[in-house]
Amino acid sequence: MALVLTEEQSMLRDSARGLISDKAPVSHLRHLRDSKDPTGFSKDLWHSFAEMGFAGLLVPEEFGGSGLGFVEAGIIMEEIGRTLMPSPFLATSVVAASVLTRGGNAAQKSEYLSKIANGSLLATLAIDEGAKHRPLQTSLKAVRAGNGFKLSGAKALVIDGHVADLLIVAARTAGSAGEREGLTLFLVNPKAKGVAIERTIMVDAHNAARIEFANVEVTADSVLGEVDQAAGLLDGVLDIGRGAVAAEMVGLSDEVFGRTVEYLKSRKQFGKLIGEFQALQHRAAELYIDIEITRAATMKALQALDADVVKAAPAVAVAKARAGTTATRAVQEGVQMHGGMGMTDQFDIGFFMKRARVCEELFGDANYHTEQLARARGY
Amino acid sequence: MTDLKTSDSESADLETFRNDTRAWLEANCPPEMRKPATSDADVFWGGRNAKFSSEPQRIWFERMRDKGWTVPDWPREYGGGGLSAAEHKVLRAEMARIGARPPLSSFGIWMLGPALLKYGNEAQKKEHLPKIAAGEIRWCQGYSEPNAGSDLASLQTRAESDGDDFIINGQKIWTSYANYADWIFCLVRTDPTAKKHDGISFILFDMASKGVSTKPILLISGYSPFCETFFDNVRVPKSHVVGTINRGWDVAKYLLQHERAMISGMGERGVGRPLGQIAADSVGTDGQGRLDDAMLRGRIATFDVDEAALAACAERAVDLAKAGQAHPAFSSAMKYYGTELNKRRHEILMSAGGVDALEWESERSRQGARPRAWLRTKANSIEGGTSEVMLGIVAKRILDLPGA
Ligand SMILES: Cc1cc2nc3c(=O)[nH]c(=O)nc-3n(C[C@H](O)[C@H](O)[C@H](O)COP(=O)(O)OP(=O)(O)OC[C@H]3O[C@@H](n4cnc5c(N)ncnc54)[C@H](O)[C@@H]3O)c2cc1C
Ligand SMILES: Cc1cc2nc3c(=O)[nH]c(=O)nc-3n(C[C@H](O)[C@H](O)[C@H](O)COP(=O)(O)OP(=O)(O)OC[C@H]3O[C@@H](n4cnc5c(N)ncnc54)[C@H](O)[C@@H]3O)c2cc1C
Repeated sequence: MALVLTEEQSMLRDSARGLISDKAPVSHLRHLRDSKDPTGFSKDLWHSFAEMGFAGLLVPEEFGGSGLGFVEAGIIMEEIGRTLMPSPFLATSVVAASVLTRGGNAAQKSEYLSKIANGSLLATLAIDEGAKHRPLQTSLKAVRAGNGFKLSGAKALVIDGHVADLLIVAARTAGSAGEREGLTLFLVNPKAKGVAIERTIMVDAHNAARIEFANVEVTADSVLGEVDQAAGLLDGVLDIGRGAVAAEMVGLSDEVFGRTVEYLKSRKQFGKLIGEFQALQHRAAELYIDIEITRAATMKALQALDADVVKAAPAVAVAKARAGTTATRAVQEGVQMHGGMGMTDQFDIGFFMKRARVCEELFGDANYHTEQLARARGY
Repeated sequence: MTDLKTSDSESADLETFRNDTRAWLEANCPPEMRKPATSDADVFWGGRNAKFSSEPQRIWFERMRDKGWTVPDWPREYGGGGLSAAEHKVLRAEMARIGARPPLSSFGIWMLGPALLKYGNEAQKKEHLPKIAAGEIRWCQGYSEPNAGSDLASLQTRAESDGDDFIINGQKIWTSYANYADWIFCLVRTDPTAKKHDGISFILFDMASKGVSTKPILLISGYSPFCETFFDNVRVPKSHVVGTINRGWDVAKYLLQHERAMISGMGERGVGRPLGQIAADSVGTDGQGRLDDAMLRGRIATFDVDEAALAACAERAVDLAKAGQAHPAFSSAMKYYGTELNKRRHEILMSAGGVDALEWESERSRQGARPRAWLRTKANSIEGGTSEVMLGIVAKRILDLPGA
């Protein structure tokens, strides 16, 4: 398949860009941050997302969704990255919808997927526990109790954790941290007894939470997929999340870069536009090339996910690793080339730097994914 | 929202083409030609004095030539295969799948052909393209001069009008394989009074012409693939000018885009054993089977990430061109990254090989193949326009930065 957008995909991008740039420019995020908005995103906008078919973009048509693919989800993520719009799209529409679609039984799908598609249900995957993304290190315990299970442990960096209506919790039902065997996913009501949610205000002013589970009782029905066998499901779903975040980082990088190049063309020092200095020109050119290469790698990964999620792992590792280094470089050069201006909170560029840092940690950083590729290649 | 779904109508035809191609390659590509070329003898350059280094090399070349697949996407009337961009992509992918070598390598294919297809007149196309496709004539490139390298447009080789002919005098340098080439495509100054970009013509002539001489130059790799080339009153018909007289710079630049695209794809990308495993052979592995040098392993893994990403970008560049969305200067971006990456690859190979990679003359080292290849790659970011020049082009033509 060609690594360019089809006409339909370009139309999707245009409509997403129209909505997002109009309703949620960077000032939207700034306002949410400064007003300490308790929700952390705009419910009105989420409503528009549902109306336009974005909330259920990946949800199969039989459940009221659009039944589109990961390339399309990446298109939305890229536009989100351009304005840093806080949105449940990643946690609910990409990750949670994929977990349910790929791993849920008929009852679970029909209960939740249509609500995701119509925008009435927010869901999120609770996976990370330590400082770094290490899915197999999951140690939150789920022990059998009566007909169901009891969950105890803690999760960190749960996106939209404080507003979610449904938590999808990765727990260990057997084995020990580091093993593939023994992982199980549970659907947990955040209002259940023993769940304590602390919203964490993060550097990027996007939603995240730490959640503690103290002997939280769940029924056997709340198991998603097979007991002890969630590793395979998680691999795929996390790769879907990674592809989406890589796309967000491409949008973010491209936007920062565009703003920086504009600045090079307008700021004068030494009687010249600073964009005339070759030291800056060459760095800008290198960054442009980096972004284009990362864009292609990300499209490749999203197409690979559409073709076969299981086989897409190496392409996803490449994309997420590249996206991390490229976005990091883009925001650093962005701040540097704006001089003192780049350091001010009043100026938007810092928001991009902060979000890039969070995206880099989400679902594994560049080091993590580079390591995955090395292992896959057997050295 | 369902109408947003894509449907690929061509895909069925392409699938048939893929299956046929796969079967044909399986039946026709000799096993010996499914290994990466490791020396210049493994590369078939064609030309009047061409010799095949092996029987499989001859068979493979002749079979591909007969299908027009030495130049798969050129029109059939000029000896090409007449494939569409999508079919060409499939053929490349299928050749890569079995590691098939290019049957014919030549400056005619990579550089002159595309320029002739765009700027040549019908007589020139009919005369030269089929001979390139059939590997009958080997070409060299007469661009650089001692005082015109990065600043190519300051070239001084003169072509003076004499009736229907030009008389050419001057010197070129770094002319790759000038001593083996049959013909040269050459930049000459036809109007010394015009501004430097405006007085240049792009002209073709036979290297056997009276007054042409070459003197090989030895490279740091110990090989001598290029020459100083001298022109002493060489007489060339004016009909050999490609495009308009004094507008040769347009042709020259267009050709450079193709040259850069070609150079950016050089290197053994994605074929043969993974770099990490080559390194493990000499460095060894730890208890968990990992390369027993954590820093080197990290460098290799980062290289692998970048190489895979670049491959996607190269693929996308072709797709963008097909969709009419490509920026003409994008080949400079690819050239920059591809050559710097290839240099990184060979630095890693040297580091991985350690002392074993230092032998220069022995059977064991295949006459120092690894260090010689390493040294050769240093030219990648110089030939065809240096890395600094590539970044300048991106800054000016793509980013539109001022004064670049
Ligand atoms: C936290 C902070 C504290 C500060 N404290 C003080 C203070 O106490 N007192 C004070 O007087 N100032 C202070 N400054 C200002 C500081 O000295 C300036 O920000 C700095 O000199 C850069 O100037 P500028 O911001 O105008 O950027 P510009 O000069 O506009 O530079 C923008 C970009 O262009 C690049 N550039 C400029 N010229 C060239 C060139 N010729 N070649 C290549 N690249 C070029 C720069 O490197 C930079 O990347 C402070 C700044 C900060 C961020
Ligand atoms: C192996 C090999 C094969 C070649 N084959 C051919 C061939 O077949 N035909 C042919 O015509 N030529 C050929 N060349 C020549 C090649 O195109 C030139 O070497 C190249 O264009 C650079 O020119 P130069 O060597 O004169 O270096 P210079 O132009 O003198 O450059 C010296 C250094 O200055 C830098 N520099 C120059 N200008 C700028 C600038 N504006 N900004 C920043 N930095 C700058 C360069 O990047 C470089 O690092 C070949 C070269 C090599 C190494």
